[in-house]
Amino acid sequence: MPDSTTSRVSLVLDSSLASVDKVEKTAEEFAALAGFDEDTVPNIAMAVREASVNAVMHGNAYDPAKKMTASFETTPESLIVKIADQGPGLNPDAVPDPLAPENILRGSGRGIFLIRAFMDEVHFRDTHPGTELTLIKNRPPGQPGT
Amino acid sequence: MSMKVATRQVDGVTILDLSGRITLGEGSVTLRDAVRDLLAKGSKKILLNLAEISYIDSSGIGELVSAFTSVKNAGGELKLLNLTHKVKDLLQITKLYTVFDVWDDEASAVTSFK
Repeated sequence: MPDSTTSRVSLVLDSSLASVDKVEKTAEEFAALAGFDEDTVPNIAMAVREASVNAVMHGNAYDPAKKMTASFETTPESLIVKIADQGPGLNPDAVPDPLAPENILRGSGRGIFLIRAFMDEVHFRDTHPGTELTLIKNRPPGQPGT
Repeated sequence: MSMKVATRQVDGVTILDLSGRITLGEGSVTLRDAVRDLLAKGSKKILLNLAEISYIDSSGIGELVSAFTSVKNAGGELKLLNLTHKVKDLLQITKLYTVFDVWDDEASAVTSFK
């Protein structure tokens, strides 16, 4: 369990939906302790869930030999979550815009859009092989350590 | 918590009372199967009551869209009832709020089906 000022946790997990749930739950706990309000905490948890779904489903393709790494860090300024997979790599620029009229009725492809909608910064890094997403949410003022 | 579905009929409209989470995995599959079964039985006026849906992710949003297009392609109509604040926000962010026919009142929603 993280404390409310600065803390860091790193998890190495199987490529499964159970791991997605665990990462989502951990994000929720970190976000709450970092002082985010009740509307923002679930948004952060959703963004992290979407990133971990991408990692296990699209990145690692549920391969039991491949792991997802999730790290959570609370600094005085922000909550930083990194989700890494061991997949073939992801080009975020190649993902179709889900708001475009021709894509609006697609049954998938909204995950990265929601991550960007709910976080302040999103960075993609090619880790050869694999992709690491860094999700940053700035902490609200007036919290311990801010 | 996975998703649960209860089905009832009101004036020729099939209402699915959904509860729980619509997420990748069980929730999305449950919704897909429920809509597929209704279409197979010839039910083409479908109202999804989302009042007890506590959470929906991008996969769940995609499943709602797929259900909407499946019913439409079969010559029917699928509408949404009682969105929570959170689900409404998600549909607005993804610009889907105006794609769906959304209602807050069940009686009005049922009447709206042709």
